[in-house]
Amino acid sequence: MRRDIFQAIADPTRRAIITLIALQAMTPNAIADHFNSTRQAVSKHLRILTECQLVKPQHQGREIYYSLEVEKLKEVDQWVNQFRELWETRYHQLDNVLATLKKQGQ
Amino acid sequence: MNDFTVDKTAKTVTFSREFDAELSLVWDAYTKPELLDQWWAPKPWISKTKVMDFIVGGRRFYAMVSPEGDEHWSIQRYTSISPKTNFTLWNAFADKDENPELPGSEWDLSFSEHTGKTTVRIRIYNESLVRMEKMLAMGFKEGTAMNLKNLEELLATLSK
Repeated sequence: MRRDIFQAIADPTRRAIITLIALQAMTPNAIADHFNSTRQAVSKHLRILTECQLVKPQHQGREIYYSLEVEKLKEVDQWVNQFRELWETRYHQLDNVLATLKKQGQ
Repeated sequence: MNDFTVDKTAKTVTFSREFDAELSLVWDAYTKPELLDQWWAPKPWISKTKVMDFIVGGRRFYAMVSPEGDEHWSIQRYTSISPKTNFTLWNAFADKDENPELPGSEWDLSFSEHTGKTTVRIRIYNESLVRMEKMLAMGFKEGTAMNLKNLEELLATLSK
């Protein structure tokens, strides 16, 4: 099973969890209160998010608080940037093609 | 490039770009194979269109060819065409025998002209974010050597 940032954000519940704990670190129970799914389902998502290194569990007394690893989210940005660069290169070439076509039409 | 946005919930990437040319020229550049092949592949890659039938239900079957001669094939099937305004297509990677790799992505391309300049807006829907990732990985392959290096570094980070 692959574990990376893209798998982490591929599931809508996991995206909701990410949004939730982006504000503050939370315990699994507190997170589960925000969803209709079971505590077990939330735990499973937290486990996957942890394995994807997008969230980090921290023990405080008997409780475990999950917090967001914001740096890891930047990988999504990097990925999107590469896509944007591809289209920018492509479009720069299209500018040249259009300039040539305009000259030919004159 | 303007308004480059990724909507993870809707699984779409949307972006637009203005070109200093009238609508009919830009439309031709997107819909005629001999013109498409001049800009579709980022240099030093080249675009080689084997079949293109720009009608609803028709297709473009083309390869991105690397400087070493490696061919990466794709199919684009046209699902609707409103001349000089909009067309939609279904896009998928394929093997050299036109067998598509599922799932594909759905593209919506809109064209509009204002005082001699033409804006093209593209919206790409992917069934899965994993597919979006794949699409990007192909983008890397089509890109420069520097991009390839970036991909390797990114993939190395992701596989840790």
